[in-house]
This record gives sequence, C-alpha cells and structure tokens, in this order.
Amino acid sequence: MKASGLLSGAAGRRLITAIPFLWLVVFFFAPFLIVLAISLSRSRFGIPPYEPLISNGALAVRPDNYLFLLGDPLYITALANSLQIAATSAVICSLVGYPIALGIARAPLRWRTPLLLAVVLPFWTSFLIRVYAWIALLSGDGVFNQAFLALGLIEQPIQMLHSSFAVHLGIVYSYLPFMVLPLYAALERQDIGLLEAASDLGAHPWRAFLTITLPLSLPGVLAGFLLVFIPAVGEFIIPELLGDSGTIMIGKVLWTEFFNNRDWPLASALATVLLLLIVAPLAWLEQLRLKRDRARR
Amino acid sequence: MKRLSPWLLSMMTLGYLFLYGPILSLVVYSFNDSRLVTVWGGVSTKWYGSLAENEKLLSAAWLSLKIAAASATGAILLGTLSAIALVRFGRFRGRFVFSAMTAAPLVMPEVITGLSMLLLFVSLQQVVGWPDGRSALTIAIAHITFATAYVTIVVRARLSQMDLSLEEAALDLGARPLRVFMTITLPLIAPSLIAGWLLAFTLSLDDLVIASFVSGPGSSTLPMVVFSSVRLGLTPEINALATILLVTVAVCVIFAGRALRQRDQK
Repeated sequence: MKASGLLSGAAGRRLITAIPFLWLVVFFFAPFLIVLAISLSRSRFGIPPYEPLISNGALAVRPDNYLFLLGDPLYITALANSLQIAATSAVICSLVGYPIALGIARAPLRWRTPLLLAVVLPFWTSFLIRVYAWIALLSGDGVFNQAFLALGLIEQPIQMLHSSFAVHLGIVYSYLPFMVLPLYAALERQDIGLLEAASDLGAHPWRAFLTITLPLSLPGVLAGFLLVFIPAVGEFIIPELLGDSGTIMIGKVLWTEFFNNRDWPLASALATVLLLLIVAPLAWLEQLRLKRDRARR
Repeated sequence: MKRLSPWLLSMMTLGYLFLYGPILSLVVYSFNDSRLVTVWGGVSTKWYGSLAENEKLLSAAWLSLKIAAASATGAILLGTLSAIALVRFGRFRGRFVFSAMTAAPLVMPEVITGLSMLLLFVSLQQVVGWPDGRSALTIAIAHITFATAYVTIVVRARLSQMDLSLEEAALDLGARPLRVFMTITLPLIAPSLIAGWLLAFTLSLDDLVIASFVSGPGSSTLPMVVFSSVRLGLTPEINALATILLVTVAVCVIFAGRALRQRDQK
C-alpha cells in the first residue's frame, strides 16, 4: 500500500504505532512473562504470597508446580474435562446454530438484518444474568421439572441443575451467537444457482444440502467451532454456577487455587498449561493456512 | 425468492425460542410477588422497589458504569491508533507481533488475563510503587487492555473499506494531514467508533472474572455483587435488575438500528 499521507511525518507514524504498542507490551505481553516466572516459584505466607525468584543472588527456579500438576489426578481430570466439555458443547452449538444461520441466510433480504440482530442481542446483555436464568429454570422446582411432573413424565423432580447436562446447556446457550455469525457469513456468500441447478437435475433437497451447502460452509463451521471452543475451555462462571464436582473445569480450578488456597504459583502454572492448550491448536491451524496459501500460489 | 422450507422454519423458530425463552422467564419472574424465584405468587413490582433501596447494588452499579465509560474511552483511543497503524502504515518492523497482540486478548481465557494482570500490578507495585494497591483504576486498565482488541477489529474493518481518494484529494489541495484526519477520516469512521465504544462499554460492564482478580477492597463492580448474591441463592431482585438491563439494551439497539437505516437511506 502506498503512503496515504494520513500523518506524513515519520515521527507522527512512530508515535501512533508506539502508544498502543507500548500499552500492549506493558499490560498484555509482560504479564505473561510474570505468570511464567511466578509459576516457577513457590508459595509462602506473606505479601506477595510467593518466594522471590532471585534470592541471595542466585536464581531459584523450581519446576515443582508443574510436577505437582502432572502428579495429581485432580488437575489432569480438570484439563480433560475442560477439553471434552468445550468440544462437545461446540459440536452441539454447531448443530443448534446451523439451522438458524441457514434460515437467516435464505430469508428475504430485508429480514436478514433484524434476524441477525436478534441472535446477537442476548450477547449484549449480561453473560452472568443469562447463566443465572438457567439456574431458576433447571432447579428442582423449576419450570421444566414442574412441567414434566404435571405431564406425568416423571414421578419426582429430576436433578438437572449442577450436572454435566447443565454445563453443556449453559455453554451452548451463552456462546450460540459466536457460532451463528461465522456460519451465516459462510452460508450467505453461497451461490444459490448451484442449488437451483441441483434441483433442476432432480436432486432431493437433502441431497443438495449434503453435497453442496454443507461442504461449502465447512470453513464457517470450523471458525464457529473455534470461537466457541476456545473461550469455553477456560470458562469459569458456567461450571461454577451450573456444574457439580463431576464437571470441574480448569478455569474453576485456577480460580480456587488463587482465591481459596491463595497458591499463586500453582495458579500461574495452571494458567501456563491452559495457555499452551489454546495456543497449540491455533498455531497448528495457522500453519495449515500458510501451507494452503503457499500451495495456491 | 423461494419460501423457507417448513422444516427449516420450525428449526429456526425453536432456535429463537431457545435464545429468548430463558430471558423471557427472567422478565416474567421479576414481577412475581413470591420470594421464591420458581413459584408464581401473583403480580407485583415490589422487587423493583427493593432494588432501588439496595445501596450495595446501586453503588456497585454506579462504579461499574464509571469504569465502563472510562475503559470504553481509553479503548477507543488505543484501538483507533492501532487500527490506523495496522491498516495505513503498510509493513513496519514488529507489525506481526503488534497485530498478534491486538488479536490475542480476544481468545484469551478471562482467568488467564485476570491472573496475569493482577501479577503485573503486584510486581509493578513492588518495583516502582505504582499502582498503589488495587482499585477501580486497576480494573479500568485491565478493561482498556482487553477491550482495545475488540475496538481495533471494528475500526480496522471500517478503515480498510474506506475510499482513500477523498483524503488524497484533500492532501493534494494542500490540507495539512491533521486537518485531513479531523475533517475527512474521523467523520467517515465515526460509526465504527460509536460501535466500538458501545462494545467496549458493554464488555466492561459485563466482566466478572477479570475484575474479580484486579479489584481491591471497596471496588466491587456490579457483576461481582450479583455473582456473590447468586452464589448465596436466587433473589427476585436480580430478576428485576436483569429486566432493567434488558430493556436498556433493547432500546439502545432499536435506536441504533433505526439511526443506521436512516443514514443508509440518505
């Protein structure tokens, strides 16, 4: 791109770049180095509640926290739970979100914006309050149990709140807009002519969907999956309010280590592991994308 | 235009019911006379009255609004600068790192952002004596940092679609760069600035996790107060609060939508 002359002076440009750059280095990047450093320290009573990394002029680096994490099944379970719950929820989310996105993409033009707004609107209200709504609905004397009892489907209230079901439901509900938006973007671009051609040639709508619409929308499905999966892995509020001891997720463990046990170094080690879990698939995808771009060229 | 198939239409309806059912139930039960959130006891607006007398909740709400306004304003400044740098300055040294840093907060789990910001503030206090303890200020700094990423995306999208010829014409006619920015660029990207500000404001107002890490004594935000009261048990006051919040958001979105449509029609 040629110089646009927005701020022609080199000094002006440097200033415009430097202000946000420095802010992000100090308040976003540097903190991770500190987390990494403190994860190699040991907790102690006092302020701050960790031992300094440099004591008596010697560097005191200990991998104890990581060894402890690997040795205790609680943490391994929490990690496995987080990955499994986030992945399952993201898949369910795509199943729920797909018809919505497809419906909006095929709706008359003037309806698309209001329909899309209606999907995003709940996102603008409080996350906490949307999770809170489910507590009342799922509780022992909540709407669902009352309805099922009245219909005679069940003899006594079933435990829906504080279960794996509730956690999945909470994640699907809270992150649905993140799934619908990329799906809609992928579906809206599709050429309707392809479907018309298929139908002219006698293909059943389902077959046309499976061989044309679905394959063409797969990048949108993948984007939606990641947008749900990534924040869900580190989720704290949903397992805390809707889950039980069987759905302990890594975000909740980190919270407990930090606030209840005041073990800052262990919480830091957990944060580092969680970060790696998230960065690894993203880096892998980026690699794939680069390879594909190169192959195209 | 072909009609939507009945199957798709019914799935879509179910989807919207799923999205709005729980929210509707919140609103309905905010007018419940009973203290129990799940048992209907007649219509009443008493929870709105008791909400208005809940000092703790009100002061937390006021603090949250102030923090959200400050964070959104800070994030707009930083986000616009980074969007300009990323769209207009072509390749520069550190561009990759810069671009990664403006996008990373989007995918960062809140527990990690919260913990890392807290450890930064604690370390800074030890080394340079600032910030002095945790307060609304540290919450605002944390919120500015993660909201900047969202603002950057919104403004960047607008800037990269912009027609450069107007700016070039003004420059050719001898206008100074700053003047070109103020009279041409700024008005053209204004909608994205407003959208970005509102997004940052909402994100800050909604944040529980990061604020819990970096807040200090006496700086409990609204989500923190709501969270602790939800943990103790359900109360219809929260339903009343949720209803007020919902109505505010809905009104804002409808107004914004109408304003945008009028702009487009011009």
